Amino acid sequence: MEHYHMNLNLKVWRQKNSNTKGDFKTYQVKNISSEMSFLEMFDVLNEQLISEGEEPVAFDHDCREGICGMCSMYINGKPHGPWQANTTCQLHMRAFKDGDTIVVEPWRANAFPVIKDLTVDRTSFDRIIQAGGYISVNTGNAVDGNALPINKDNADNSFAAAMCIGCGACVAACKNSSAMLFLSAKVSHLALLPQGEPERKTRVLNMVAQMDKEGFGACTNTGACEATCPKEISLTNIARLNAEYLSASLSAEK
Amino acid sequence: MLNAKIPTGPLESKWAEYKGHCKLVNPANKRKLEVIVVGTGLAGASAAASLGELGYKVKAFCFQDSPRRAHSIAAQGGINAAKNYQNDGDSVFRLFYDTIKGGDYRAREANVHRLSEVSANIIDQCVAQGVPFAREYGGLLSNRSFGGTQVQRTFYAAGQTGQQLLIGAYQALERQVALGNVTMYSRHEMLEVVTIDGKARGIIARDLVSGKLERHFGHAVLLCSGGYGNVFYLSTNAMGSNVTAAWKAHKKGAAFANPCFTQIHPTCIPVSGDHQSKLTLMSESLRNDGRIWVPKKQNDTRKATDIPEEERDYYLERRYPAFGNLVPRDVASRAAKERCDAGYGVGSSKQAVYLDYADAILRYGKIEAGKQGRVNASQEEIIALGKEVVKAKYGNLFDMYEKITGENPYEVPMRIYPAVHYTMGGLWVDYELQTTVPGLYALGEANFSDHGANRLGASALMQGLADGYFVIPYTLGNYLADEIYNKSIETSHPAFEQAEKAVSDRIHQLMSIKGKQSVESFHKRLGKIMWDKCGMARNKEGLEQAIKEIQALKKEFWSDVRIPGEINEMNTELDKANRVADFIELGELMCIDALNRNESCGGHFREEFQTPDGEALRDDAGYMYVAAWEFKGEHQWDLHKETLNYDVIKPTQRNYK
Amino acid sequence: MTWKQVFTSSVGKKLVMGLTGISLVLFLIVHAGINACVFADLADPNENGEMFNKAAHFMGSTVLIRIMEIGLFAGIILHIFQGYLLTLENKQKRAVGYAVTYKDGSKWYSRSMGLLGTLILIFLVLHLYHFWVSARFTHEGLAPVTYNGVEMHNMFALMQATFTEWWIIGVYTAGCISLAYHLAHGFQSAFRTLGVHNKRYTTLLTSVGYAYSIIIALAFILMPLSFKLGWIG
Repeated sequence: MEHYHMNLNLKVWRQKNSNTKGDFKTYQVKNISSEMSFLEMFDVLNEQLISEGEEPVAFDHDCREGICGMCSMYINGKPHGPWQANTTCQLHMRAFKDGDTIVVEPWRANAFPVIKDLTVDRTSFDRIIQAGGYISVNTGNAVDGNALPINKDNADNSFAAAMCIGCGACVAACKNSSAMLFLSAKVSHLALLPQGEPERKTRVLNMVAQMDKEGFGACTNTGACEATCPKEISLTNIARLNAEYLSASLSAEK
Repeated sequence: MLNAKIPTGPLESKWAEYKGHCKLVNPANKRKLEVIVVGTGLAGASAAASLGELGYKVKAFCFQDSPRRAHSIAAQGGINAAKNYQNDGDSVFRLFYDTIKGGDYRAREANVHRLSEVSANIIDQCVAQGVPFAREYGGLLSNRSFGGTQVQRTFYAAGQTGQQLLIGAYQALERQVALGNVTMYSRHEMLEVVTIDGKARGIIARDLVSGKLERHFGHAVLLCSGGYGNVFYLSTNAMGSNVTAAWKAHKKGAAFANPCFTQIHPTCIPVSGDHQSKLTLMSESLRNDGRIWVPKKQNDTRKATDIPEEERDYYLERRYPAFGNLVPRDVASRAAKERCDAGYGVGSSKQAVYLDYADAILRYGKIEAGKQGRVNASQEEIIALGKEVVKAKYGNLFDMYEKITGENPYEVPMRIYPAVHYTMGGLWVDYELQTTVPGLYALGEANFSDHGANRLGASALMQGLADGYFVIPYTLGNYLADEIYNKSIETSHPAFEQAEKAVSDRIHQLMSIKGKQSVESFHKRLGKIMWDKCGMARNKEGLEQAIKEIQALKKEFWSDVRIPGEINEMNTELDKANRVADFIELGELMCIDALNRNESCGGHFREEFQTPDGEALRDDAGYMYVAAWEFKGEHQWDLHKETLNYDVIKPTQRNYK
Repeated sequence: MTWKQVFTSSVGKKLVMGLTGISLVLFLIVHAGINACVFADLADPNENGEMFNKAAHFMGSTVLIRIMEIGLFAGIILHIFQGYLLTLENKQKRAVGYAVTYKDGSKWYSRSMGLLGTLILIFLVLHLYHFWVSARFTHEGLAPVTYNGVEMHNMFALMQATFTEWWIIGVYTAGCISLAYHLAHGFQSAFRTLGVHNKRYTTLLTSVGYAYSIIIALAFILMPLSFKLGWIG
């Protein structure tokens, strides 16, 4: 792989806090190596801003290896930028060329209010999990791990859904700001396991109710979420959630 | 000062004995007792959830936007447990023995044995929570093998075991939040421990969104804030991982144990330039099939594929014929450094060695061709088949490598180099996980207790969850049982006021420096000093020099750091400055500890103390102790020694030849 | 959980869309089937729409079908009303929009169901005015015709009379193309909303959906065109 250097124009959303209106600011960064990650390019920008006496751009990031789900930039019209099945932190500058203009925006959704610059508040996801995204088992109550054999396909599908990193790219990508891919990944993860059976009905009903309360939109199956998901969570999970919801609501006792 | 409070009696019944006799708190009283948990990784989330389930009033804090982001999530390989599902001779004792030996005989027997005892419960608990561990076709749990052991006892969920375990603990935690037993404070950073009459009684935390300082009372404070690998600037830790919570506790009286014990992981993607902000680990499992080599010629600039077989030096296989590429992490790391320092390194930086899959691809290809009955398969067909097998086994790791480096590891060998990964040292704790400050506890990587001088693969997850799910619920009760007579203390108490003022003063001081250099630049310089002089190999001269350099760096930091923005707003530079200031102080202590330990053991390698063929030379007579450092004032620490007694295991020299 | 809660949740609202959508899909099969009777004229030049008129008469004079018609209208109105409500609500979930919108991850027609629905609605108003209003209420332009002693409306003649102007053909064609795209997304989406998630069925339903959309739209476009070009009538 040939390495090269580039100069870039960045159009970055700047917003002081949740109470003020923000706007785009344009910056130039020079001599960016193609081997840098996108966030390292932002580190360069921030060092530059600090040396000029300006405030650096605030953005969320932590593990920088694509698993914590904290990084969240909407780059040139796609959550996490141009690469498939990728997070912002794993996007590398090879994806761009000299002279490019890159537009960087925060996740946009009422349920994800901007805190500052590119940082948004995703605690609504935590509250959705609180509504039922768990199995109620206190520490010490467990039976032997092998006492409950689980069909390998179900275990694998459950794992595929459980890979969700809760980054919120699905919401950012969805024209309806729907959280259905996130929600359905959790519902599928637990519904596919026998351990999830006792709370199966209440879980899906309560989680959907919470999602609505948080102000996410409804799913219209456009598939944008699946296309942008860094962990390639399948749209099938949403259909499974719908089935779970339908059967739970039809068979509800009250 | 140090009383490990190890229960008497035979090793295998100590924990049962303890549980049978520790004090209990009745449910009505639990409701009145408040517990603060700092950090929400495996240790913190599992502790907060379990204590919430018991009925304590818990407040949990994390600096990330959600407890699910904690860096436990990045663990790839797996979690050990002495289940013996494979019928291959595993037992609680074997896991205990392997862990003690892997730690180069610098861990406490009683703690490690307890860890092995509860390991099986962890798997059961996680399965019950819905953690989707890998399974066999019969529906039963699958195991893999890991470095440093001869049995298959590692449970895993593809390459994302840490993520799945953390999500399990996170869900248990969120359930308690929903039930009102735990209050979650995300985007909060603990900046001070509040002590009243010698006991930990709360914390001062900064709301990282509003910048405001908050006072929180607790009958006990649990620090589950992880390790301090970021003192090296470049490490496999998350960008936000920091020592601040542990360091504040240290400065408030908690002893810091074995700070120089850091683990350097041998298989990481090498540094590509000055811009590098962090390093990425490639799972240890890659060493099962990959072969590690460098050219036999110094400064060889040919492409890897152009170097003929006879001009390649498979140095691990050459030096350690018995274990080959599967020697423990510390040994593999040092061997790579030795080759690169001698001028045999590869890549543009010359700080890398090859991890080659060509042989494995060929081997798997032949097996696959045999399975399919293709006797006359051509070399190309065999390679194609082999690539598919490798892809099925390691595909996600290969993809990650390609994303980061832009090179296709199926075609050219991967370049790897050791990187800082885990810190065995941490706050000193007794058998109950209590630090030297009553009421102040440390769990998981934040404490020092179970891994000695070197941690074995797949045991960090085990320790974090053991501490949180199965140890602290008992040991904390034993302490809190005496606290039921003490009502909650108002946060208007002078001790809170003082603590808050100290934090506020420090923040104001930092902001008023208005110097010229960024926080990041200081952190990078600290990292370079630490890596060069207190990294994979250390010597007296270098460490003495490092101490001087760090002291000078500290002075420069406090007179020339530039932090833009305001105090009472989200200010990521200020957050970083708070952390780097503590890393600088810790760096000095690490060097002092490394200088004090005149031996080589596990991850601590002093060049003066090695065998003629370059292996670590332990000094059991002089250094079979835990070095616990008590903070006395700027640049001053007192050393307290906790002698390690091996009643059951007889320490020997580790030999992997 | 009350029924109201079931159907007013975001998933419930979509269920309403899906259920009404599928009932409309079924209706379209019947509608296209009946209308296809006009092509009987192709086989027999003296047929003059007899088969079609009979079929139309059967549909209009059978009590059960008239009751179903009420259901159909309720379904259409619910589908339209709920559709607009959802589109509006979903739009409001993002008060501040993007400077660059995300287009690559989804098909344009999947994102434009509201717009396509509106185009269909405009067409539908004209279409109902042409035929349904006339047949049920005003009888404007409708001559009687008698087969085997049963008098009925000559709907065939009405069609022939209606499809004389190119602009009407144009509007009908545009309406049907909108319908095709609306169905291309709506068909498979409705089944997903109803919870079909097994891969073998979703793949099948997606293909069937595309085929259905194209066939239905083509069938409907062909009719006005055939009248205009004089292939039938």
